[in-house]
Amino acid sequence: MRDTFVKTLSEIAGTDKNVMLVTGDLGFGVLTNFANTFPLQYLNAGVSEQNMTGLAAGMALEGKTVFTYSIGNFPTLRCLEQIRNDVCYHNANVKIVSIGGGFCYGPLGVSHHATEDLAIMRALPNLTVFAPGDLAETSLATKAAYQITGPCYLRLGRGNESCVHDKMPDFAVGKAIPVIMQGDTVLLSTGGILGNVIEAYKILKERKIYGSVYSVPSLKPFDCELIRYLSETSKLIVTVEEHSIIGGLGGAVAEVLAELKGKKPPLIRIGLGDTFSCEVGDQEHMRTVYGLSPDAIAERIYNEVMNGV
Amino acid sequence: MKKINEITSSEELALRIRRHAVIMTHNGKSSHIASVLSIADILAVLYDHILKKRPEEPKWPERDRFILSKGHAGAGVYAALSESGYFPKEWLARHCANGSLLCGHVSHIDIPGVEFSTGSLGHGLPVGTGMAYAAKLDKRSCRTFVLLSDGECDEGSNWEAALFAAHHRLSDLTAIIDYNKIQSLASVEETIRLEPFADKWVAFGWQVREVDGHDHKALTECLSIKAPDNGAPVCVIAHTTKGKGISFMENSVLWHYRSPQGDEFRAALAELEK
Repeated sequence: MRDTFVKTLSEIAGTDKNVMLVTGDLGFGVLTNFANTFPLQYLNAGVSEQNMTGLAAGMALEGKTVFTYSIGNFPTLRCLEQIRNDVCYHNANVKIVSIGGGFCYGPLGVSHHATEDLAIMRALPNLTVFAPGDLAETSLATKAAYQITGPCYLRLGRGNESCVHDKMPDFAVGKAIPVIMQGDTVLLSTGGILGNVIEAYKILKERKIYGSVYSVPSLKPFDCELIRYLSETSKLIVTVEEHSIIGGLGGAVAEVLAELKGKKPPLIRIGLGDTFSCEVGDQEHMRTVYGLSPDAIAERIYNEVMNGV
Repeated sequence: MKKINEITSSEELALRIRRHAVIMTHNGKSSHIASVLSIADILAVLYDHILKKRPEEPKWPERDRFILSKGHAGAGVYAALSESGYFPKEWLARHCANGSLLCGHVSHIDIPGVEFSTGSLGHGLPVGTGMAYAAKLDKRSCRTFVLLSDGECDEGSNWEAALFAAHHRLSDLTAIIDYNKIQSLASVEETIRLEPFADKWVAFGWQVREVDGHDHKALTECLSIKAPDNGAPVCVIAHTTKGKGISFMENSVLWHYRSPQGDEFRAALAELEK
């Protein structure tokens, strides 16, 4: 996703000289081409996320479209108040890009595990929140963020994400993307865990449980209409995210479901519990530890269905 | 340099800002009167002599940018803006009232002339740095002024911006520090020492000018001088008196939060009569 983002942004920067990429001293080797091709549109703010975000707001209010770039929690939590007051309150045209959502930097420890960012970013007024599921969605979300005049958050993976979509899917801000439509056990996925969710679907299918899979790259605005539709048509709704089950995709679905009247299907939120991930390991290991491997996702859903949903 | 009669006009403006602020903080039962009085002269000099502006066209692209980073003194900016013709003076009566847009900390929404909203300290200088950086990139000649409090310099974000602005030689950026030497609970010296303060800015690569923050002639001279292109950004350390102009508020920690009411309100206004 990282390389797809930089490639897409390079295309955009070539056509719009007001587009700026500001990094918080991260992106070794990844941003070199951009920096060399667009020296006046590239800026390293140094290791100073508060200043990076404040100055991005200032530049945006002067007419620039500014992408701030860093990894994990650095471009979000470290400068949260700058995002809230300087960027969002002023509706400044700043796009916050975090590389390494979830456990992309698994071995590096809890400081580098971005597992609450979606909840926190989703709470901020004026901010559009994207967590694309594969490379095609990354390219489309980057373009969508550019086209929106106002603050956006792009939560991306670092690399090795699956190519789920064979061709460019229909992408609209605030809309989920149907990936597989086979049954009334519905799996909703946000971010780079989408590949595992597809694998889980396949395991369930072998065990005669037929599901549907949607990718939800747009967490705010949120596809409330889809949830209302699913509440009437599905037997079970499952959310999967490489993130806390508080406030992210699971939280968003729960909020919509809770306010619907009448009978509704049960909801399972798969993700991290209310905990820090003090154990380290690569992304695959960490996903396994927290129940996000294809087998674990499938097993959880299988048990739920067998126990009489 | 401004002529003598023009200097007099900014002194008159400063007096009006002080009067408005006392009435606004009285009506709104709000805090920070002493913080406004501390910068009334700086605001008056900026709005009367320094800032390139068009009140009838607040977003005029060639305007100079002014950010009040010490947003708690917003009443002073609202007063200066209304006196400069950005909006009717009657609006000031609604400061901090229920349903009002004139917040206790300066806010830009639907208030013509407010460049940027602040209230949490340490935000203005990074944003002003971004504005100055964009202006330099686009080869625009406007200047950017950011007014900070001394206590605010405890915030690390200012020093991040200080490094950046000096590295990029943002000579059209001017930070003005309201150095009244009193912060929220006690003196700066007792709280977190800033001295040697000028040396810190010099060490960060800024050109420092120290000035009496209540001397209109000196302030006008100091703020008029543009730094050479591509030179160091400018830090104006304005030595001020917190609560300036009202004897019983001067140099008192009490009036950071206390609102002027009753006899104190009447006594404050009486001191501001000519």
